[in-house]
Amino acid sequence: MSEIVLEGVTKTFADGFEAVKDLDLDISDGEFMILVGPSGCGKSTALRMIAGLEDISRGEVKIGGETVNDRSPKDRDIAMVFQNYALYPHMTVRENMGFALKLAGTDKGEIDKKVEEAARTLDLEQHLDRRPANLSGGQRQRVAMGRAIVRDPKAFLMDEPLSNLDAKLRVQMRTEVAKLQSKLETTTVYVTHDQTEAMTLGDRVAVMRAGVLQQVGTPAELYDNPKNLFVAGFIGSPAMNFMPGELNGGKLKLPIGEVDVGDLGVQGHDGQVIVGIRPENFEDVEVIGDLKEERGVTFEAEIDLVESLGSDLYAYFHIESEGVQSDQLADIVEESLEETGAGEIREGHEQIVARLDPTSKVKRRDTAQLWADTSKLHLFDPESGDSLKGK
Amino acid sequence: MTVNAPANPNPPEAAPAKASSRTRSEHKLAWMLCAPAVLAMLLVTAYPIAYAIILSLQDVDLRFPDEGGFVGLSNYSAVLSSDLWWTDIFNTVFIMLISVSIELVLGMAIALVMHRAIFGRGVVRTSVLIPYGIITVVAAFAWQFAFSPETGFVNNLPLISDEMDWFGGRFSSFAVIIMAEVWKTTPFMALLLLAGLVTIDSQLYEAAKVDGASAWQRFTRITLPLMKPAILVALLFRTLDAFRVFDTIFVMTRGALDTESVSILGYNQLISRLNLGLGSAVSVLIFLCVFLIAFVFVKGFGAKVEEGRPGG
Repeated sequence: MSEIVLEGVTKTFADGFEAVKDLDLDISDGEFMILVGPSGCGKSTALRMIAGLEDISRGEVKIGGETVNDRSPKDRDIAMVFQNYALYPHMTVRENMGFALKLAGTDKGEIDKKVEEAARTLDLEQHLDRRPANLSGGQRQRVAMGRAIVRDPKAFLMDEPLSNLDAKLRVQMRTEVAKLQSKLETTTVYVTHDQTEAMTLGDRVAVMRAGVLQQVGTPAELYDNPKNLFVAGFIGSPAMNFMPGELNGGKLKLPIGEVDVGDLGVQGHDGQVIVGIRPENFEDVEVIGDLKEERGVTFEAEIDLVESLGSDLYAYFHIESEGVQSDQLADIVEESLEETGAGEIREGHEQIVARLDPTSKVKRRDTAQLWADTSKLHLFDPESGDSLKGK
Repeated sequence: MTVNAPANPNPPEAAPAKASSRTRSEHKLAWMLCAPAVLAMLLVTAYPIAYAIILSLQDVDLRFPDEGGFVGLSNYSAVLSSDLWWTDIFNTVFIMLISVSIELVLGMAIALVMHRAIFGRGVVRTSVLIPYGIITVVAAFAWQFAFSPETGFVNNLPLISDEMDWFGGRFSSFAVIIMAEVWKTTPFMALLLLAGLVTIDSQLYEAAKVDGASAWQRFTRITLPLMKPAILVALLFRTLDAFRVFDTIFVMTRGALDTESVSILGYNQLISRLNLGLGSAVSVLIFLCVFLIAFVFVKGFGAKVEEGRPGG
């Protein structure tokens, strides 16, 4: 059994900065757990504390039931895959993969056997005698994985292992990592800032922000029932749309119309709220026909931009509103600005993205009739950012 | 070429000819830009070397300026058949090997300390470099005084006899000479090694820690192999330097008691005895030795440069 348990784990750096605050996390045996969050959220620090590369200021880390706080990395029986792979440049692929076993005093025949087995799994057999400098990015990544699996450790710790690959290779390697993990059934903690990776890879995903764990759950749970604005905005691509709303006796007033929220379970929260709606919960009225009457609201919007991706069609429009203010959302916007340069916010204009059926005929500068599925609304407290659902 | 091109029956060949004329004009420009440096090098390096070679083939003695003439290789055979030359070669190589070995070990230790220094990094690095900033002659005098039985503090140290006459014997003199050399040039070694050390990706050490390597194993299996190029360069520089050792010996013993190095021998022939022919032959032989050392290092170094390159 090699479950990993973090109890109240805190990391305070010498300058007083708290990178990880009171983190509780149970990772069960064989589970694929993703730590995700924007840069600087403490996810890598948390991983490094599990690895033993970073001291634990407070709290306890248990691997396989044993407290490992005071053990050095080599005594924790874990393997790590680094972002830049950290392959030993002076060793061949074979030597890189066998290094840990060699240090452990495993006999040569055994090392060769295990290395070749891992090389077969990772399709590296013909590269065993080459040096890392002569390999492509994808091959290096596989060697780094190979170095981990050769040891058959209690757990794999992966620190953004795919972020140095180009987009196409990343998607390909993502599936390979998932396949490998489900085949080996080794407990894995995987750190990423990419929510797509988090959603596609993990059995469960732990979302972190500013050192604090926000929510842990399966990808579907996080997507369907985000506990707060941060998780709601971080998980999902394109991101959830937010708009201000006013709740009054079961009626929700939105910039796009008024909705009866009787079945959303948010009674007794009258006042200002932040309302979230995912892009796919919009539809072109012309496409859906009569469904609109059942559980939604129909409104007119001037389309700013249409992106057609073949299978999907994204329509961008804006609504006249005050906009929503939340430092939780500000964090996400900052991150996406850094990454893509997108995410511009203008005062008094709230940009909304709708994912419409590809057969929709909406065009740029059209005024389109759109429908929003109001049974899928997410309501949040504007002060705390917490979800009002189920409260 | 352009004039000939139309007459050429084979048109495809005309194209490369055109391209090469542009290449040639660039080559010409390159040479013109290099010319001042080449000229300066010829003047200050090639000319003296050539002149020394010419002198070494002649019987030139300033005490008898009227005699002389071309004598072929007889100066060389005189040098190579003398016991003094071989004794001096032994002394030089002895001092060179011991001092460079000690410098390598100490320099590595200091480089590791400088690399790891968490607080006072600037102070540590600066203070380590002080000996290298002191003129060799001054340092040699300082150490000579320190080791002299009358004025020095060394004989007052515990475990060392008060009566010890350091400059009274050949190998005790070597010990002091080597010590002074090591003291003076270890910082240089440390600095070159530090340059190699900082190029090693710190994540490799983390990977090695996770792989189960102890501190010593990380040093021998990660640091040393990856520093090989830096170590070789440092060794090359210091070996060449140490082979030409002069100042320290000149100040401390003047070559007495069989402590002469080949550079002192050359100096004695040229300056004291004014025998330019013989002295030049010694100089040329030193030059050949230095060339040989450099050749061995560069060949070995060149062959392994790929192995030790850090990063991908």
